Amino acid sequence: MATSNKPAPPHWARRMWDTGVPVAVLLIVFLLIWYAAAWGMNGTAAVERVLEPAGNPWTWQELLLTTWNMERPVLPAPHQIALDFWSGLVDWPLDSPRNLLFHVAVTGETTLVGFVLGTLLGLVLAVLIVHSNTLDRALLPWIVASQTVPVLAIAPIVLVILGSLGLEGLAPKAVIAMYLSFFPVTVAMVQGLRSPLVIETEMMHTYAASRWQSLWMLRLPAALPFLFPALRVGIAASLVGAMVAELPTGATAGLGARLLTGSYYGNTLAIWSALVMSALLGLLLTTLVAATEHLALRHRRQP
Amino acid sequence: MKPVAHTSLRNTAAAVMASLVAASLLFLHPVAQGESPPTAVFWLMLVVLAGAALWTIRRVAAIHGTRFDGVLTAALFGLWVLYFWQVLVVALEVPRVLLPAPSLIVQSLMDNPDKLWGDFSQTVLKAVCVGWLLGSGLGFAVAVAIDRMPFLQRGLLPLASLTSTVPLVAVAPIAVMWFGFDWPSKAAVVVLMTFFPMLVSTLAGLKSAGKLERELMHSYAASYSRTLWSLRLPAATPFIFGALKVNATLALIGAIVAEFFGSPTVGLGFRISTEAARMNMSLVWGAIVVAAVTGSLAYALLVQLERRAAFWHPSIRGK
Repeated sequence: MATSNKPAPPHWARRMWDTGVPVAVLLIVFLLIWYAAAWGMNGTAAVERVLEPAGNPWTWQELLLTTWNMERPVLPAPHQIALDFWSGLVDWPLDSPRNLLFHVAVTGETTLVGFVLGTLLGLVLAVLIVHSNTLDRALLPWIVASQTVPVLAIAPIVLVILGSLGLEGLAPKAVIAMYLSFFPVTVAMVQGLRSPLVIETEMMHTYAASRWQSLWMLRLPAALPFLFPALRVGIAASLVGAMVAELPTGATAGLGARLLTGSYYGNTLAIWSALVMSALLGLLLTTLVAATEHLALRHRRQP
Repeated sequence: MKPVAHTSLRNTAAAVMASLVAASLLFLHPVAQGESPPTAVFWLMLVVLAGAALWTIRRVAAIHGTRFDGVLTAALFGLWVLYFWQVLVVALEVPRVLLPAPSLIVQSLMDNPDKLWGDFSQTVLKAVCVGWLLGSGLGFAVAVAIDRMPFLQRGLLPLASLTSTVPLVAVAPIAVMWFGFDWPSKAAVVVLMTFFPMLVSTLAGLKSAGKLERELMHSYAASYSRTLWSLRLPAATPFIFGALKVNATLALIGAIVAEFFGSPTVGLGFRISTEAARMNMSLVWGAIVVAAVTGSLAYALLVQLERRAAFWHPSIRGK
């Protein structure tokens, strides 16, 4: 933010130093442990499958290199995953099921559609709950209680029901992503829409503001700081829902489907690449929400 | 909001009782039992009953000032939803694949106690319990261990917070590859999913002791371990219980979804996915009821435990 009248954010360089260095050090240590673990976990297989059939006596350097470059390792070395990931990005045309971006597009589409629908549903429900004492007392306890229940388990049922209604493809998966993401939004928005102080609602009342006006001008803006954390939770839940929804249908496209086919064929590298990709997708989506939050709330001074 | 007068309260109770009696009478109607096709009279009665149901819910929701008014409305609403689910599904002859009637779900719970108990013990007693305890325990232990190492904390915290945006359950196929099809692989997924929330919450909890209290301990010349034991760990209990509660749900989700990736022929996730594929929906719903009840019971149990363990904490004391 380039606002001239505000002082620059305090010591960003120092903050980078304070967290960036420890994170970098930890990541390097983590990589070293990973290589050591790859050597330990692939050792026996490397000896049995590669080195002994070759017949020649082998040195420990050879053993080390072999464990880090196995074809189907128990634990692939990081550079193997990076190479497979990169080849999954660039070596195939975009519409080929071997291209990771193809799967990202499928899962990302489901996630986003489900997330948008879920957010809308959550907003509408929250507005209704805030304005209706009956709904507040009849529905909200169930919505809160459902947070303690593994709702993701209903995914196969949703797929079967929508499948027998003739819906296939994107719709059933998006519905699952939707119902996972609407819970947090509803709960947070009910809290947020109620966050204006009594004095503020009374002022709207003295202006003879209608319900709509006070919703639009007072309650919704007041609820925004509550909405965005819920959206971050919601989009992460939506992604999990989208990936899990790809499992029972035997879908061939999407990151979840790629994980499943990888585990069927014992293709370790494909699983790991899909795993890295889904982590990146999750990070990207959350970053997008966080960036929107930053844009939407940039005029509010954080205390 | 002022408490409603007693007569009005009594009237509401009478209205609820009357509507429930009417509902049970209508339930005995041959159409509601699925013995004859629906008639216009039946629909008329059902619409009137629906109106009565809505009205009673509104009446009960307007009650304020009694001890149970919060739960009462929700319970009545749930009861009516179940009732209309049952009656409508039977009267409209909705195919079982779409939506089995609640009575059929109860029936499947009664008919398959052995199967569902096996699934329960496989998924909950083995995978979830072991994974939840190990994951939460490890998260707690690591948090306490790195409490005195600010460098590690600064490095670990950002990474641990990032994991909440990553679909960790996707490690399930790798866990299956490493630990086999049986429950240890599910427990491993659960450990991974529950570790980070516990780590982050415990670290936050250990920082939550007030400045005044810490300075008091300092003025007593209390040692590090003494301060940790007597002040900072107790101050962290609400955070720890918060993480335990979140983790209970996460652990159930993790174990069930991990079973979608491959499992022995037992387990709640296995039951749900295979019976859904065989269109045996009442058993699928039965398994889901088991999972849901487990989740809410675990949550309720943890809430009670928290009240016992942190009875002195301001967030509990007021209740």
